[in-house]
Amino acid sequence: MKSQRRGQLGEIWHRLKKNKFAVAGLVVVILVLLVTIFAPLLAPYSYDKQDLTKPFLKSTKEHLLGTDKFGRDTLSRLIWGSRNSMAMGLGCVALSSVLGITIGSIAGYFGGQVDNVIMRIMDTLTCIPMLLMCVVIAAILGPSVRNAIIAIGISTMPNSARLIRANILKVRNLEYVEAARAIDAKNYYIILKHIIPNAISPSIVAITMNIGNSILSGATLSFIGLGAQPPLAEWGCMLAEGRNFMRDHMELVLYPGLAIMITVLAFNVLGDGLRDALDPRLRN
Amino acid sequence: MSTLLETKNLKVYFKTGRGMLHAVDDVSFKLEEGKILGLVGESGCGKSTLGRAVLHLLEPTAGQIFYDGKDITYPTRSELRKLRREMQIIFQDPYSSLNPRMSVSATISEPLKLHGGLDKKEIEERTKALMETVGLAERFWGAYPHELDGGRRQRIGIARALALNPRFIVCDEPVSALDVSIQAQILNLLLDLREQRNLTYMFITHDLSVVKYISDEIMVMYLGQVVEKTISDELFSNTLHPYSKALLSAIPIPDIRFKSQLIPIEGEITSPIEPEPGCRFMVRCPYATEACTQPQVLEEIRPNHFVSCCRCREINHL
Amino acid sequence: MGKQNLLEIKDLVVEYQTDDAIIHAVNGVDLVVKEGETLGLVGETGAGKTTIARTILRILPKPQGIVRQGGIFFEGAELLSLHEKAMRKLRGNKIAMVFQDPMTALNPIERVGDQIAEAILLHNNMTKGEAIKRAQEMLEMVGIPGMRYVEYPHQFSGGMKQRVVIAMALACNPKLLLADEPTTALDVTIQAQVLRLINDLKEKVKASVLLITHDLGVVANTCQSVAVIYAGEIVEYGTAEQVFLNPSHPYTQGLFDSIPKLNSTEPRLKPIPGLMPDPTNLPVGCKFAERCRYAIEECKQQIPPNVELEPGHQVKCLLAGSRGEK
Repeated sequence: MKSQRRGQLGEIWHRLKKNKFAVAGLVVVILVLLVTIFAPLLAPYSYDKQDLTKPFLKSTKEHLLGTDKFGRDTLSRLIWGSRNSMAMGLGCVALSSVLGITIGSIAGYFGGQVDNVIMRIMDTLTCIPMLLMCVVIAAILGPSVRNAIIAIGISTMPNSARLIRANILKVRNLEYVEAARAIDAKNYYIILKHIIPNAISPSIVAITMNIGNSILSGATLSFIGLGAQPPLAEWGCMLAEGRNFMRDHMELVLYPGLAIMITVLAFNVLGDGLRDALDPRLRN
Repeated sequence: MSTLLETKNLKVYFKTGRGMLHAVDDVSFKLEEGKILGLVGESGCGKSTLGRAVLHLLEPTAGQIFYDGKDITYPTRSELRKLRREMQIIFQDPYSSLNPRMSVSATISEPLKLHGGLDKKEIEERTKALMETVGLAERFWGAYPHELDGGRRQRIGIARALALNPRFIVCDEPVSALDVSIQAQILNLLLDLREQRNLTYMFITHDLSVVKYISDEIMVMYLGQVVEKTISDELFSNTLHPYSKALLSAIPIPDIRFKSQLIPIEGEITSPIEPEPGCRFMVRCPYATEACTQPQVLEEIRPNHFVSCCRCREINHL
Repeated sequence: MGKQNLLEIKDLVVEYQTDDAIIHAVNGVDLVVKEGETLGLVGETGAGKTTIARTILRILPKPQGIVRQGGIFFEGAELLSLHEKAMRKLRGNKIAMVFQDPMTALNPIERVGDQIAEAILLHNNMTKGEAIKRAQEMLEMVGIPGMRYVEYPHQFSGGMKQRVVIAMALACNPKLLLADEPTTALDVTIQAQVLRLINDLKEKVKASVLLITHDLGVVANTCQSVAVIYAGEIVEYGTAEQVFLNPSHPYTQGLFDSIPKLNSTEPRLKPIPGLMPDPTNLPVGCKFAERCRYAIEECKQQIPPNVELEPGHQVKCLLAGSRGEK
């Protein structure tokens, strides 16, 4: 028995703090989020301000990271770009989690035919490659950040659903769920109060890990022209634009590449740490 | 003393891939208000299933259940809601029977919040009173299950079961997962509560010594059927069914003078799926004969002592 | 009286180090298992019984488990200072262990016969064929038809799984069998079978058994000597007759008073009030003092001495032999 009262969240935070990597990841994630939020204040220039007299500059005092083909400040484009990249990362995950958790919970709790039908629909969705879905949606609705988010969100939803369903199958047979039934609690109450809070830990970890993946997917889509459209700043777009000049101006590819890599790594490391902190079995 | 709970030919079957699983097969009994009925048997005998069926946590397949004289076999939604206030359950595992994300006070007050009619202050007072009744110090109000030991967790479960002032409680192996010295504390608590509130218990256990200590009447179950049913003391002074005898002799007595016979019965339990008609204990019974392949009937062999064994009188020289 | 000490534990102190605190699991334990006998180590959860078994086999969780002091002597050799290579020759061979939960002791994707044969091959110079034959013999010895060699653990019931585990443990003719609550997870009638099996086999292969349990009934029926453990200390030790007929430590007495017995008609059980002390925050003096109805001031201040009440019967109590009400 602990002498300090901590409660469940306090326990989790305490365990997370001990993991140096996770803390580092958390710090980086917070920094990136701050850059995203305060982009207008931090970026020295607008993301589409061109200066055709100063293309391909290396680092100077006015342009700390140089300029691109159109004389646009790379640093500013990186900062503004974080908004679109993070929008894709967070937006996709939000969409797929909300949809996936709702659908997966219903399937897992009610079982039987409901479960069958829902999971077969999920299986069908899984068979459609994400890229194909994006191409189709882009063809119908036009390519944009918003539509890329929809495409990625829908194609990653089945994983969310499956994950929570698996944990719900474990939790719904536990006795405290039976106890809730014994006091005549209604189904939706049991799902919301008893089942989801106890089945959601792996999903939380998955969400954190998926943010990294979604940023990558978003960058990929932008890279091939299906996501953020120029002149929007987005790290994937910047990669695409810099690709042609890689031989002489590698920094045009290096900076956005590093931005993607560091952000994704930070989310993954944080996710790993969260999983360890949430797993009660790892306690002595 | 009126009959509070009664079942007639209650059956609970489950469909499995290999056929019908006869979890509870043709069980009938009467339980008077204020009494404790002990349900004893080993794994797979159906005792837990019977306890849950009576509470409608599992649906009965056939037969009838009566509560306070009324037929509650197929209750309406509002009838079920009323019943759930009067019939409660205490679980075996103090670890999985509490929501790890709910504090002690939240768990105990949940039934009060769900059944309405009380304001916040009343709920708080009632919860404090319940904690005191079961011996939980007030300092545990905001504690979480993982901070407490098995005995205290079980007390939380008991407080939760008492919250709606039930008349009948199914105790499903409530002390089996607890340490020996805590078991005694909890057993005494349950007995005290029975006296104070005139509760009626269905006490499920595999431990014959515990069931002897706590029960007024005992039913011994094997593979879904009742093989022996009688008053507690009578069962131990005149054990009649071969399975009950074997069960009794298999229990190691903590007394060095009684080097117990430990007559282990050979073999393993047979399958409850699509069982053969006739005595289910036959394969392992040292007294089995041809007659045992006929369906067995629960007969009154001695006053208020029922046994389901066709050779019972012979074996016991009655 | 001619019986040698097979296993001797002297003044063992074991701790678990966690991030927040130190768990004092074993606090100065002396134990002896004689040749050919079964010693029952009786105690409740958290008393330190499993820790002792793990320390004997040197399988404490790393890095948390630390042996602070003490010695474990097996056939004369001191185990704690033994090289890991030498220890491996003993594990599963001369000293074997049976755990409580047969479900997790067996590998679900390996045939049971192969698992036994593996244990045999590790410690003996045999051909695979010979090991398989011996594995089948072991299965027969525990009452399982030898042809079930090829089956997988999930095809066996709980009781049979435990028999397989026992077969594995005894396959190399160990001198010492550590059985940690071997029947707690089993039905009563199966428990009786398995206990009888352990007793019979112990005679056959001439092994000694350290039986860890919380069940006094099991102890009465299988053990020649008994050690009662509380909060990491042995509070009472003696032959089964001595401890059962003359329980002298208040904790031992409390245990007897708090269990319902088939052959008595107590109106009410007398539970021991309170709980075992927090192992991260043990009291000074006698660790049972706060729950003891005989405790006096001195009990809470000094460590109680080990008093020999009669030859072979020891009690760790300041008031041993001089208490009024007993």
